[in-house]
Amino acid sequence: MSIVVSQSAHPTPGYAAWRRFRRHRLAMAGALIIILLALASALGPYLLPFDDTYIDIMKRFAPPLSGAHLLGTDELGRDVLARLMMGGRVSLSIGIIAMVIAMAIGILVGAFAGFYGGALGAVLMRLVDAVLCFPTIFLLVTLAALTEPGLLTTTLLIAATSWMSVARVVEAQIRALRERDFAVAAVAFGSSNLRIMFHELVPNAIAPIVVAATLNVATAILLESYVSYLGYGIQPPAASWGNMLNNAQIYLTSAPWLAIAPGVAITLAVTSFNFLGDGLRDALDPRMNVT
Amino acid sequence: MLRYVANRLLQAVMLLVIVSAIGFAILHLAPGGPLSQFAASSQMTQEDLDRVTRQLGLDRPLPIQYLDWLGRMVRGDWGHSYRDGEAVLSVIGSHLGATLELMVTATIIAVLLGGWVGVIGAVRRYSLFDQLATVGAMIALSIPTFWFGLVTIYVFSIQLGWLPAGNRETIGDGSMLDLLHHLIAPAMVLALVETAMWGRYMRSSMLEVINQDYIRTARAKGLPERRILALHALRNALLPMITIAGLQFPTLLGGALVTETVFTWPGMGRLFLDSIGYRDYPVVMGILMFSAMMVLVGSLLADILYAVVDPRIRME
Repeated sequence: MSIVVSQSAHPTPGYAAWRRFRRHRLAMAGALIIILLALASALGPYLLPFDDTYIDIMKRFAPPLSGAHLLGTDELGRDVLARLMMGGRVSLSIGIIAMVIAMAIGILVGAFAGFYGGALGAVLMRLVDAVLCFPTIFLLVTLAALTEPGLLTTTLLIAATSWMSVARVVEAQIRALRERDFAVAAVAFGSSNLRIMFHELVPNAIAPIVVAATLNVATAILLESYVSYLGYGIQPPAASWGNMLNNAQIYLTSAPWLAIAPGVAITLAVTSFNFLGDGLRDALDPRMNVT
Repeated sequence: MLRYVANRLLQAVMLLVIVSAIGFAILHLAPGGPLSQFAASSQMTQEDLDRVTRQLGLDRPLPIQYLDWLGRMVRGDWGHSYRDGEAVLSVIGSHLGATLELMVTATIIAVLLGGWVGVIGAVRRYSLFDQLATVGAMIALSIPTFWFGLVTIYVFSIQLGWLPAGNRETIGDGSMLDLLHHLIAPAMVLALVETAMWGRYMRSSMLEVINQDYIRTARAKGLPERRILALHALRNALLPMITIAGLQFPTLLGGALVTETVFTWPGMGRLFLDSIGYRDYPVVMGILMFSAMMVLVGSLLADILYAVVDPRIRME
């Protein structure tokens, strides 16, 4: 999905969407915050004199703004800011990559179910319903506990437990679109089913798919924080926003800053992606605006 | 009506079969499958393991094993905890009360507070209140529940000292007042996401109703605005909320898991995490299946109740 800014007197649909999006101040703020968080996580660690895994037992529990450590140090004397930035790399990457995988599964399942309908569609959509019966966190934590924890596993498991809403959105779209004239014309041209599905129908459902993808990143970041907080996601010494909160409760009385920084980062990132998704929904299709 | 219920019931049974198949698949995903408990003990030789495999019927084809497992589930034999040998269903039963207490309290808060915010937001659309509520709801939906729990403990237990930092009761007290005192913080934390959801759905449901012709008719008749809103609009706007309550159930249950962890609340979520820590797979699987079934029954009840109060649904 590319948004083209047109200079011509007749605004293109893309330009109109961009203008609607720009008016959505919260979505613009969300996009800005996401860029800042990503930049800080990507470049920040190079600017800091501290390594995120460097243990300095003499400097444990240094409060924020005391000396060289801007956000203080944790129970092992590691710099909180350095861990926050390295954790941001992990949490944001998991959010994006898990979203891409979840979208791939969801679009595939939704497209096949919506296009073929009938028995295949019914079976696929009942599968979606069945997976949705399990509360996501229960399912995710169970699967994570049964498998070897790690970056790849956590990402795959988050994708495996968050593709269902995408499948529902895509299925409904494809089912409606395949009755439209251009789809019928493609059939008349003798296009193959796969070609009609992924060259004609899915691109026409791109607006709700982009919105679902944005909201999916928010969910994935949130799920990473839950599963890592509970100890079954990203394992120390590697930092993630979730596992930084893992020990925070024990030190809540003596070192509350350990709980504040990662929590604010998660909330900021998730809120931004949610607002961005909201803004995109309004901008791409005004009729979709239900709430 | 009967046909609708029968139809819906049949769907639920079909779903239950798929849910159970997923559960069975996960059970076999566990390292060593259902045998992991024995494999972990060093006193067992390979011969012993083979014998247990035969005794438990784990050498039979998977479909047969699945049917056997399903049969036992249906009869209420959900296996025994590795930890103390207690039946899984009775372990779950003894922890269910605490979780339900938390969930019911949170739902009451969410329905009252979220419903109120949603109605006001719809009636005074785009007012300052509405805008603040919309932004607030979005932030509430984005805060990790466990972190909100930590903040609540820090502010109300550590800094202000008003509320206990966890547990369901003070040991040796356990009076009604003491129980309520312990309930406030976790219920508030669990209610955060629910309140935001209820507010959003209530607002859009109310907006839809307000624009209907019969509301305009009521206005044209000269009825006082309060009466229109309370009697005509709100009653109709509340109908779809039955479905929302059913849909919200999995989130509520998942939220309870996290909330119970933070507040050491002795409910099903806490039991679930403890059991995972002990590799007590029968209990873990039991809770997973039990929660999926609760969700299924919840949405079934919501659908049937909706059809009872709104006859238009049955026509579809």
